[in-house]
Amino acid sequence: MSQRLFSKVLGFIGYTVQYGCIAHCTFEYIGEFVMCSGPSMEPTITDHDVVFSERLSRHLYRIEKGDIVIAKSPFDPNMNICKRVIGLEGDKVCTSGPSDTFKTHTFVPRGHVWLEGDNLQNSTDSRCYGPVPYGLIQGRVCLKLWPPHSVGVLNESPNAGRILRTE
Amino acid sequence: MAQTAGLGRKYLKAFVSGFFVAVPVTVTVLDRLAYVARVEGASMQPSLNPEGALSSDVVLLNRWSVRNYEVRRGDIVSVVSPKNPKQKIIKRVIALEGDFIKTLGYKNRYVRVPDGHLWLEGDHHGHSFDSNTFGPVSLGLLHGRASHIIWPPNRWQRIRPCVPPDRRPLLNWGGSTEDDVDDDDNKK
Repeated sequence: MSQRLFSKVLGFIGYTVQYGCIAHCTFEYIGEFVMCSGPSMEPTITDHDVVFSERLSRHLYRIEKGDIVIAKSPFDPNMNICKRVIGLEGDKVCTSGPSDTFKTHTFVPRGHVWLEGDNLQNSTDSRCYGPVPYGLIQGRVCLKLWPPHSVGVLNESPNAGRILRTE
Repeated sequence: MAQTAGLGRKYLKAFVSGFFVAVPVTVTVLDRLAYVARVEGASMQPSLNPEGALSSDVVLLNRWSVRNYEVRRGDIVSVVSPKNPKQKIIKRVIALEGDFIKTLGYKNRYVRVPDGHLWLEGDHHGHSFDSNTFGPVSLGLLHGRASHIIWPPNRWQRIRPCVPPDRRPLLNWGGSTEDDVDDDDNKK
């Protein structure tokens, strides 16, 4: 009797570990659902939207300019930030705000990306803390799932002029 | 004939189910608990790779102990290189957030390590690509803490945290870190 109970408990633990590991691999290498909060990505992503972030392009180093990414905050590793990639390594980016009279530019160093929110007036991003290491990127946001009236792929950046296309 | 086909299918089924157990479990263990890595280069001499290119050490990286980004001064940690995300580097933690540190050839002579950052240095000064070149490293890039040298066998040992005496932070150096180490020793 106790032996049967023991084997049952052992089997249950085994299944729990197995499914826990499968869940870890799915979330780590395929993608996960994220709820965004804060105003920095308005109007593309508003407060309490649910998005799907895929992690494959991060692992394959296929992040491109214009993608929206989820990254660890450089100053608090337990906090995540959701921003748009404005420049990759070696790109020239504009560090001044849209209303500034004098435009200042800088180059993104090796292994880093330049992140900015779509809501330029209300966003703490690379303009404030500088370029962010690529290793902090967690995933690329590819689908919006909630609210229901805006399900689908995400819009292009409203400030497309900030992404400098260099050939 | 039908029996062999059935047997083959049985083996295939066992193989597939075993595959779906073994691969996720291995990946999860490597991601969450422990990782084994070979140390290349001379930047951590003499703690690691003391014989240079002749024999490279293999270390066990404890990934569970850094899940909350808790490290101590003197720990040897591996981080994703800020200059090349495809590469991981292994260095010693010299200063934690808020510490003042005298740098060796960085653009500022004295640096306060910003919040959420670490100051990392190789033990082999001058032959190490470390925080003196690229500045403080964000805690989010932390990968693991080297806890044991497991290869070659004659060098099998636990790695203890130790800060080179001349590289201690100028301020914020409480006695707490040293006391922690002493407590650990007493327990053993």
